[in-house]
Amino acid sequence: MSHDMSEEKLPESHGSAGEVAEHGNPFADPGLPAHEPRRTDIDEKAASRAERQVSLMFVISMLATVGFIASYVAIDPDKIVYIFPLGKVSALNFALGLTLGVALFMIGAGAVHWARTLMSDVELPAERHPIEASDEVRADVIEQFKTGAAESGFGRRKMIRNTLIGSMALVPLSGVVLLRDLGPLPEKKLQETGWKEATETKPLQLVNMNTMQPMKPEDVIIGSLTFAMPEGLSTHDEDFQQRIAKDALMLVRIAPDDIKDDKSKELGFEGILAYSKICTHVGCPISLYEQQTHHALCPCHQSTFDLADGARVIFGPAGHPLPQLKITTDEKGNLVATGDFAEPVGPSFWERAR
Amino acid sequence: MSSASSTTTGAAKPSSTRDKPANKWEAAADWTDGRLGIYSLAKANLRKIFPDHWSFMLGEICLYSFVIIILTGVYLTLFFKPSMGEVIYNGSYVPLKGIGMSEAYASTLDISFEVRGGLLIRQIHHWAALVFVAAMLVHMMRVFFTGAFRKPREINWVFGFLLLVLGMFDGFFGYSLPDDLLSGTGIRFMEGAILAVPLVGTYLQMFLYGGEFPGHDIIPRFFTIHVLLIPGIMLGLLVAHLILVFYHKHTQWAGPGKTEKNVVGMPLMPVYMAKAGGFFFLVFGLISAISAIASINPIWAYGPYRPDQVSTDAQPDWYMGFSEGLIRVMPGWEISLWGHTLNLGVFVPLMIFPLVLVAIAVYPFIEGWITGDKREHHILDRPRNAPVRTALGAAWISLYLVLLVGGGNDLFATHLHLSINSITYFVRVGFFAVPVIVFIITKRWCLGLQRRDKEKVLHGRETGVIKRLPHGEFVEVHAQLPQKDLFKLTAHEQTQPVELPAQTDENGVARKAGALTRTRAKLSRGFYGEGSQIPKPTAEEHHEITSGHGHH
Repeated sequence: MSHDMSEEKLPESHGSAGEVAEHGNPFADPGLPAHEPRRTDIDEKAASRAERQVSLMFVISMLATVGFIASYVAIDPDKIVYIFPLGKVSALNFALGLTLGVALFMIGAGAVHWARTLMSDVELPAERHPIEASDEVRADVIEQFKTGAAESGFGRRKMIRNTLIGSMALVPLSGVVLLRDLGPLPEKKLQETGWKEATETKPLQLVNMNTMQPMKPEDVIIGSLTFAMPEGLSTHDEDFQQRIAKDALMLVRIAPDDIKDDKSKELGFEGILAYSKICTHVGCPISLYEQQTHHALCPCHQSTFDLADGARVIFGPAGHPLPQLKITTDEKGNLVATGDFAEPVGPSFWERAR
Repeated sequence: MSSASSTTTGAAKPSSTRDKPANKWEAAADWTDGRLGIYSLAKANLRKIFPDHWSFMLGEICLYSFVIIILTGVYLTLFFKPSMGEVIYNGSYVPLKGIGMSEAYASTLDISFEVRGGLLIRQIHHWAALVFVAAMLVHMMRVFFTGAFRKPREINWVFGFLLLVLGMFDGFFGYSLPDDLLSGTGIRFMEGAILAVPLVGTYLQMFLYGGEFPGHDIIPRFFTIHVLLIPGIMLGLLVAHLILVFYHKHTQWAGPGKTEKNVVGMPLMPVYMAKAGGFFFLVFGLISAISAIASINPIWAYGPYRPDQVSTDAQPDWYMGFSEGLIRVMPGWEISLWGHTLNLGVFVPLMIFPLVLVAIAVYPFIEGWITGDKREHHILDRPRNAPVRTALGAAWISLYLVLLVGGGNDLFATHLHLSINSITYFVRVGFFAVPVIVFIITKRWCLGLQRRDKEKVLHGRETGVIKRLPHGEFVEVHAQLPQKDLFKLTAHEQTQPVELPAQTDENGVARKAGALTRTRAKLSRGFYGEGSQIPKPTAEEHHEITSGHGHH
């Protein structure tokens, strides 16, 4: 920026020490005020009282530490006590925290009281010096740098310089390459779920997450919300968390006449609709259901889906409807799926095709 | 130093003029000085002057809570197992007996119920983290509103800003470690956010989580980031931050005897050693007491994480609340093109989040560019004397708070019996409108305070004494302010707006200012023009009023 534009517009520096003597300036700096002594400065009795107060605080701290150790040894970790107005709390945690708090606080209070009453409170000025170096130092350093640079030949020997830059630019690549094995490539992992094992000839049963039993259509009543997972999945499986993060279903039953979306009705079975439980916003499990309106709400970010209308988003930050799994019944009359979701479940991603 | 060759008479060696050490402490100090040069270091710092003001303590709270976090954090690592391997819980907390959970969650339960004092240390760690981030934000606001970020302190401002951002993220990584139902939901949210990144989102997600969500790697990886990587960087920044505070010497408020060329206060030894050292114990003591009486993050109540389960009122810790607000109120825009999905509903908030932070981080450089001020500033501005800066800061805080409301829209809805939809729509509008309104109000408020200061300087303060004049009129007696107050209220500088250079040079040839120069002049008018500050009283005005026989 041009200097002519600003420098003369800056205000005068205010308050240089010489101004005090200046006559006629009503706003001149009167200089440092005289020190006003505290009571403890002039009254020996007050001073020794302050000394006793400080010592008392340090003594209380010592007692509190003894109390801490005693509580640690004496109080049963499982003991719960009622303390007004906190309610039922762990006796050990309460005792340890308070004794530690008092032990620490009293050291601090004593030190601060000591400083405020007994140490000198005379305000002293200290000079400041500009952060930037003087012109001589600056010139000297630049000269030294130039000498060093010339002696290195960095500017003159271009081949050394360029190859050094090249090698320095390449060497971090090894570090980048080493990160490759942090994880697998995405491939089709996000596009499919555990339900892909299901086929027309070998369907997968829907297992109720509460009873861990296969479900009959009559188990799903109108107004209820039931959670299900594919058969063969156990909560003790090594990859259970990973599987359930995509396979989790929520089943609702809506009177067929109330279902507004024909495609959704076809995917369901006699009004039982199986939607992915994983929110299409950022993947929270949806778990709040309004049985009168058929709205399902995600408790994390309040995306609301109309389950009677193909899980259309009616409020909140989700970008697309919940995927629906096609269900039917097998020969035993259990609810089954005969294939995977038609689209990826969970949050959107770049490779996701609608 | 004396040596073995000293004679038994005890006479000083001719080659050394130094006195013999008076006692063994001096001898030990001499020994150390001979190796570390401590005397030269102490000469500049032992009686270093620090000015006194309550707001200068805020930075200390940050420092002390950081130390508390390190101390308690090291203790927690002795018991915490950062592993996602499944175990069946068999500890003393009955409701969870026999339930499968990760080792991380089980070991956190053990810290809370089996290790005596473990719960206390966990709670101190978490409370101190909340205090740490809150204190950093308030400390930053203090520096912002008083203009303490001006030259030569801009770089230290950036260090402080980085500490705030790293502190926020380390808090997030830290509360994710127990692998409970609440924090697991946060990690799931992070997965969704990463997936929203165009082109590389799925790759980033797979590499970070070591495969599909949740996998078995994310907790151990977060652990390393939380206890080593980020604290290591923060420790470096913290030391640099403190070195610069010492090197620059502390800023001070305007007042009698205080200039840009001095610093007035009390010496480090003994006053600030006692006050600041004592303050560490006060902060630690208070946080311990809070941890004794106020439960924080009771992970046993949430249960272990399961991707298909969630609790209502799921909230991040407060400092992540504004990003939560962004993600909640953003409309779910999704663009599908050529077999790809651009998830703007998540990606836009993901980009605004850093922008909100960067906006405050770059402010010192923007203000420095607008004023063109190249001088050092050590006297603090009263917020009212920099109305546009103060208004911008207030607008930024209001934006932060509006987003915090958005992030807690479910809590506001349930506690205040409001419709969650209305809150969300309000935040969508408020995101744009509230900062503008706050800016206008704050600026006018500052100008009003400037007018009052001017009034006080010229007409004195109201004494409350009513005088009846001979002809029957009643007037209130105003008393002149003492000299020190007159100086204090007029000590601030008033920058004048920069003007565009002449449109023609000395030969009459047109010389048009560039777009940047014109922008700068326009901004400068906005910051320091007529409507943005009240000219401070001049000596002539004061003389005219005090010498005349006015009716004041």
